[in-house]
Amino acid sequence: MENVEKIRRFPCTVCPMGCELTVDCETLTVTGNGCPRGAAYGVAEVTHPTRTLTTTVALRGSDRVIAVRTDKPIPKELLLPAMDFIRAYVAPENVRPGTVLVEGFMGTDANLVVTGK
Amino acid sequence: MANVKTDALPEIKVGLLVIGAGPAGLAAAVAAYDRGVRDILICERQDFAGGILPQCIHNGFGLKRFGEELTGPEYAGRYEKMAQERGIKIEYGATVTKLSDDRRVTVLSEDGMRVYAADAVILAMGCRERPRGALPVVGTRPAGIYTAGCAQKMVNRMGLLPGREIVILGSGDIGLIMARRMTLEGAHVQAVCEVMDHPGGLRRNIVQCLDDFGIPLYLSTTVVEVEGEERVKSVTVAEVDERRRPIPGTERKIPCDTLLLSVGLIPENELTRQAGISIDPVTNGAAVRENRETSIPGVFACGNVLHVHDLVDFVSEEGEIAGNAAADYLANKEKIETAPVAKIVAKDGVRYTVPELIGDGETEKVTVFFRVSDSFRDATLVAENGDGVILSKKVRRMVPGEMQRVDLPRAKLVGTVTLSVAPKA
Repeated sequence: MENVEKIRRFPCTVCPMGCELTVDCETLTVTGNGCPRGAAYGVAEVTHPTRTLTTTVALRGSDRVIAVRTDKPIPKELLLPAMDFIRAYVAPENVRPGTVLVEGFMGTDANLVVTGK
Repeated sequence: MANVKTDALPEIKVGLLVIGAGPAGLAAAVAAYDRGVRDILICERQDFAGGILPQCIHNGFGLKRFGEELTGPEYAGRYEKMAQERGIKIEYGATVTKLSDDRRVTVLSEDGMRVYAADAVILAMGCRERPRGALPVVGTRPAGIYTAGCAQKMVNRMGLLPGREIVILGSGDIGLIMARRMTLEGAHVQAVCEVMDHPGGLRRNIVQCLDDFGIPLYLSTTVVEVEGEERVKSVTVAEVDERRRPIPGTERKIPCDTLLLSVGLIPENELTRQAGISIDPVTNGAAVRENRETSIPGVFACGNVLHVHDLVDFVSEEGEIAGNAAADYLANKEKIETAPVAKIVAKDGVRYTVPELIGDGETEKVTVFFRVSDSFRDATLVAENGDGVILSKKVRRMVPGEMQRVDLPRAKLVGTVTLSVAPKA
């Protein structure tokens, strides 16, 4: 089993190209990546996986919702706790695409930013 | 509608009329403008631009186009801004109800009905989801059955959750995206069932939307029955054989209140057919030349109305091809159309190619998009003309869910050219 864990193979998810990565978990060397972002992803995935959160938040004075994202990936294990925060959050009126709603979202260095109109 | 006398309606001349302000239509209009066309009108039936993108709030758009990873609303915003900066006119709430073979376009909006006599037309109407009625699923007709895109609109635009206990049929990208989205919003996705023996969507979506949340994907499995009177109570799933027939004895009932369908997209070509444009039976879109011109001169098609794409970046690219071609057509209307010099025929392992017809273009290479009919590993892509092999290229991996592209040497594209896959020996 140790040999299986030493070398891990998984598809890169940085972009929709889906390169097949091979990562040596001891030396943290990545092969199969088509770009430097893929190499960074490969290392992160075997050390501390992160994901960009995209969701919607309530909008004050409106019965509709507005699309938001984290402007950087956040640790994967924070996705569901982040949604608990999102469910209780109401965005102010007059926000526009690019408006930062929450700085240092969930204690990370990512911001929660408006994407929708 | 058929009884309205369109010849009695006001007729307005326009240079280029684009049907649809989604990513294909916007990119086409912007490209045509940048090549000198000024008299451009986009007719959009919704009251916003961007087509489906505003409800696709997930990221992954724009890496090819903009070199960064955008969400759908952000990607749409970039193109909307480009159109605005150029002063390209968009009529919202304007539904095209008729397209004639002489490029007369009948439009219905709050302002009434009118006919545009267009010198060139770009078809960019996009595609629609395959509905339940198109599936061999028996049972009652309760509430709680939605197409994945409909559920996506409810959640992302309207702030409504369609249900709590979810089964998803089909592993197309929208179904996978909605599995994650419903999970984040607190619903429980029990399973994604896929009738094929391989996933329909992109690999990144299998990882990020299913594996991340421990949602099981059952391949070679379909929904055979829906139970429930007023609301869905359960669905029965069964494994299928290689001919996709349910295997007796494998049925299993999954209690749920909602069934989402992500079972394919169909190019929306009612207008195209009405105008008498030839349709490719595999793509269900127009058969086009390399400049995306249809069988009617001056009418072009691009984006999902032509063939269903996986990536919006390629939709925009195709919009540009059509927009540039429309601009060239408007600049040289006198030029006599030359017959295509080559026809590309999809053979063993290749389902279809776009374009199919090659004209007398000037670029050294011709980029051909295609889809394979099976999963291939370390296979060889082969193009042949009457004289022999003109291209033989090793490809590490090709799957039906991901569109492929290949550059063919123009000088060798003569007569019938076949494109096929030779599996690993």
